[in-house]
Amino acid sequence: MQAIYEKPETFIDTPTHFCPGCGHGIVLRLIAEIIDAWGIRDKTIGLAPVGCSVLAYNYLDIDMCEAAHGRPPAVATGIKRVHPDHFVFAYQGDGDLAAIGMAEIIHAANRGEHITFIFVNNAIYGMTNGQMAPTTLLGQKSATTLTGRNPLNDGYPIRVCELLSVLEGSSYIERVSISSPENIRKTKKAIEKGFKTQKEKRGFSLIEILSPCPIYWRMDPNESMKYIDEKMTQTFPLGIIKNWKQEE
Amino acid sequence: MKQLLTGNEAAAEAAIYAGCRYYYGYPITPQNELINYMSFRMPQVKGTFIQAESEIAAINMVYGSAAAGGRSMTSSSSPGISLKQEGISYLAGSELPCVIVNIQRGGPGLGDISASQADYFQSVKGGGHGDYHVIVLAPSSVQEMADLVYDAFDLADKYRNPVLILGDAQIGQLMEPVEFKKEFKENLPPKDWALTGAKNRNKRVIKSFYPVKGELEVFNAKLQSKYKEIENNEIRYEAVNIHKADVILVAYGTSARICKEVVRKSNHLKFRIGLIRPITLWPFPTEFIRNMSERARCMLTVEMSAGQMVEDVRLAVEGRCPVHFYGRTGGGVPTSLEIVKKIVEIMPKNKAAKTLLQFAGVK
Repeated sequence: MQAIYEKPETFIDTPTHFCPGCGHGIVLRLIAEIIDAWGIRDKTIGLAPVGCSVLAYNYLDIDMCEAAHGRPPAVATGIKRVHPDHFVFAYQGDGDLAAIGMAEIIHAANRGEHITFIFVNNAIYGMTNGQMAPTTLLGQKSATTLTGRNPLNDGYPIRVCELLSVLEGSSYIERVSISSPENIRKTKKAIEKGFKTQKEKRGFSLIEILSPCPIYWRMDPNESMKYIDEKMTQTFPLGIIKNWKQEE
Repeated sequence: MKQLLTGNEAAAEAAIYAGCRYYYGYPITPQNELINYMSFRMPQVKGTFIQAESEIAAINMVYGSAAAGGRSMTSSSSPGISLKQEGISYLAGSELPCVIVNIQRGGPGLGDISASQADYFQSVKGGGHGDYHVIVLAPSSVQEMADLVYDAFDLADKYRNPVLILGDAQIGQLMEPVEFKKEFKENLPPKDWALTGAKNRNKRVIKSFYPVKGELEVFNAKLQSKYKEIENNEIRYEAVNIHKADVILVAYGTSARICKEVVRKSNHLKFRIGLIRPITLWPFPTEFIRNMSERARCMLTVEMSAGQMVEDVRLAVEGRCPVHFYGRTGGGVPTSLEIVKKIVEIMPKNKAAKTLLQFAGVK
């Protein structure tokens, strides 16, 4: 008998606090799979943000550090400078990275820090009952945009990848989604490219992952995946936005 | 060998001596000599220097390097230290050792860039959110700046707690001879809690989040017992001319330098003036001040603030003798004459007081 599907060793066997249909479990598992496959558990340090994924350190069996809201890029910088040959990644949500922590991510990119950022964009503040995020779509309803996001009052959804791609310090930037098995495979490949970018000391890498929040989107999990494909990708088109190597 | 350095430069070099190899800063007057010095000195010792995008980023970079086991430091002045308070609370909550230098300037708000001691409350009463303390050391000379910064790294590691150096624009910018007498540290022992990659061991997590009900209370109790231990072991103060003093001055930092001049000038008079100079502002030398208050006629706290440390002096004295206050605010620095006048004002109008006034040149 051959096992074709197993729990990664780095993924701790424990119930998670995530809501049904949430995307965080999928993304964290992908990270664990990569750490196992590359055999880098002993030289990887992860950063957990403030928000739904703060408890990531309960699910990944590696050294991990919590950071204040929005500050993972600064904390990761401090860690990477002490351990320049370790893999350092920061796991951040949209509120953490693109609202309160926008200055930190821009300057980490600008310094070309050899760190991989896993940016999970579900267009909502899940932890605090579903308020508008910087990436909330125009017209999307939330606890603080009851009639839908109105650009005249609330501004526009921020395209983080495109914003960071114009900085000379950023090296690898890709936007993916986990809306289907095929897209999940692409997401894993993108995260691997991010890890490769820091392994080869080619600078800053960021993978934006469009991920569902069925609870605060007021949808069932299937509808949520469809929403990613049909709505979110209109505002946040998938693909490699910046690459240090054009062809491989 | 003695060198002529500013207090800011002495703080930077002392950190290098103590094995600090990670410095993150942001420009702000009057601490600029410190960040400037670190920018060329760190590369010489293969250390890290980053001019951060903000005070907030700087303190969080310190957090990262501290979590990874490195000796790390940041420095700023009052408005910048306000911005760092969130980070300092997280450092305390994650029990991470680091050193933060505050070269105080006048406030509130943007205030001015001259010397002040108005950040005392912020420094010793918490500053950020939650029940925590940082160890606060207050140098009153350039040499002492060097000595205290060096010790600060050991204290931080010993207790896994942030240490704050509370200076001011005068201590930071005046130049005095300074000697680095202690060992130049390069290889420090590994820390058995730091993030180094989980090689042949269980994972480690640095965090301050305790969402399970009851866990946070247990953690807070642990913190409080650590603070108790620090209070028992680490109080430092200097007492000058203290025995049989009629008036005991209580002052730290720049104010204490001026008070020393008052003590020195009054030395040959019948009227005795003593000085208690707290070197650790937290933990505060409460017991010593209490004991002395039973012997003195009164105490006079002198500060460059509207009266902050005086509250801790009163809490220590608990009414055993009157506690008076003299302070200047907004960048004002008390003169020795002003202090003498205040002493005369609060003392019985006897012969000694008259002599004192004459001595000070007041008619």
